[in-house]
Amino acid sequence: MTVAIAVSQLEKRYASGTVALKGISLEVGQGDFFALLGPNGAGKSTFIGILSTLVTKTAGEVRVFGRDVDTHIYQTKLDLGVVPQEINFSQFEKVGDVVRTQAGYYGLPRKLAAARSEKYLKQLGLWDKRNERSRSLSGGMKRRMMIARALVHEPRLLILDEPTAGVDIELRRSMWDFLLEINRAGTTIILTTHYLEEAEQLCRNIAIIDEGRIIENTSMKKLLLELDTHAYVLDTDGPLAGDVAHEEAGLSLRKTDAHSIEAVLSGGRDINSAIAVLDGLGIRVASMRNKANRLEQLFLSRLRANGGGEG
Amino acid sequence: MRTDHRLIAFETIVTREVRRFTRIWMQTLVPPVITISLYFVIFGNLVGSRIGEMGGYQYMEFIVPGLIMMAVIQNSYSNVVSSFFSQKFQRSVEELLVAPIPNYVILAGFIAGGMARGLCVGLIVTVVSLFFADLGIHSLPITFSVVMLTSLVFSLGGFINAVFANNFDDISIIPTFVLTPLIYLGGVFYSIELLPPFWRVVSQLNPIFYMVNTFRYGILGTSDIDVAWAFAMLVLFIVLLYGVCIWLLRRGTGVRS
Repeated sequence: MTVAIAVSQLEKRYASGTVALKGISLEVGQGDFFALLGPNGAGKSTFIGILSTLVTKTAGEVRVFGRDVDTHIYQTKLDLGVVPQEINFSQFEKVGDVVRTQAGYYGLPRKLAAARSEKYLKQLGLWDKRNERSRSLSGGMKRRMMIARALVHEPRLLILDEPTAGVDIELRRSMWDFLLEINRAGTTIILTTHYLEEAEQLCRNIAIIDEGRIIENTSMKKLLLELDTHAYVLDTDGPLAGDVAHEEAGLSLRKTDAHSIEAVLSGGRDINSAIAVLDGLGIRVASMRNKANRLEQLFLSRLRANGGGEG
Repeated sequence: MRTDHRLIAFETIVTREVRRFTRIWMQTLVPPVITISLYFVIFGNLVGSRIGEMGGYQYMEFIVPGLIMMAVIQNSYSNVVSSFFSQKFQRSVEELLVAPIPNYVILAGFIAGGMARGLCVGLIVTVVSLFFADLGIHSLPITFSVVMLTSLVFSLGGFINAVFANNFDDISIIPTFVLTPLIYLGGVFYSIELLPPFWRVVSQLNPIFYMVNTFRYGILGTSDIDVAWAFAMLVLFIVLLYGVCIWLLRRGTGVRS
């Protein structure tokens, strides 16, 4: 595997004394779609800040596509596109100007800058807005504009710090499709997000960071395989007459309200066994859904194991 | 970064800076012209006609170079300080910091933007002054070079102010409490020959006094000071301020954590 990012013993101590990163070591392969998860204040944005050179590291080594960022700062910056968590463009400039200007910062000649900004504004559905002031865009449009801006110099590595925060579900899914497309085209992507479903849908590898340390670093597939317990909410097709409480090996059922039952499965039991038990009790299931995102369950269990987190 | 890429980056920053101050021309270009025109009308025309001569010239002719220089100084400074600080405030400065642009190109872009506004306002004020006084030019090279160097000095000063500014008050403190008094006491409205010896010496510690007088020498051919010394001082200021700006950018003061 060719390595896009290799971080070794990375530390960051802010002037205030806060230690945001406590010797992180991490590798991200070229072409990967990598999730970096963690609760608020875990150190994700500091990590991304160091990669994008907006935050200076206290100790450790960062290599991007094999180059040390300390000694190859310009080439590293050319390879990176960054979509930060906070809005960071001039609210008074026109959408097209913001993207073209960024292209100019990367040394793209005017014609090429215009062509690239057209390409990415079109791909992100903002071409019609190119002559509007950026402050007039909706929250989702602003996020998409920042993605277009980050891509205008066609970086090999795209860093997305909560790119879909505050974006509605429909738009989020169209952004996922777009990101998967550019990842398939060869762009390595590092994603931080609070939407764990997003990480599960998009990413092949994952690291969980908590209190400045990496507490999990594995493939998404392996991590999800570790999940032994699944919880479902089953909606019944009529009101439940009495209490529903059933316990047997690998299956637990309990009534949560007049129309729904929670089923917890473990030890390889599947949902059919729960439905069969309910069928025996004369209860018909009309619909069902995951009680919680699978990755969310794992995420919270890892944080709990680390002695903190939001779980 | 390749040289042609650096040039494109520089041109992009300058274009954005010029676009900014021309987009808000009612805040950036019109007010200084109105203010300076009022100086012409009140001090030059109404009061000046009763003062008579100053330094061997009609009072209006005497104050015109100083007022042009005042416009250049204030606008060069305020363009850079407000532009760079508002980029910090909106965090759009991060667009520049993540791009592969050397620090000196970032600095040059902002300075060129500040000079563009300073010189633009200076030019408009000069045109307006022609309605009030017959201006000749004694030495074009001296006039041109001193106005360019002065604009450069105050653009660099504005950049340092912006780097340290944490709120909008911080970008008006220096212009209000330092620049304006120095300009008013820098021989814009009077010759230091009128001052008592002690205040004459104090005036000579004011760098703006040398800039105004050198510019006046370029236009009228008369000055209270040695022009060569004024140029030497300007170059020294530029070297010092440039060094401080680059050092601050390299440290990431005010922009990186």
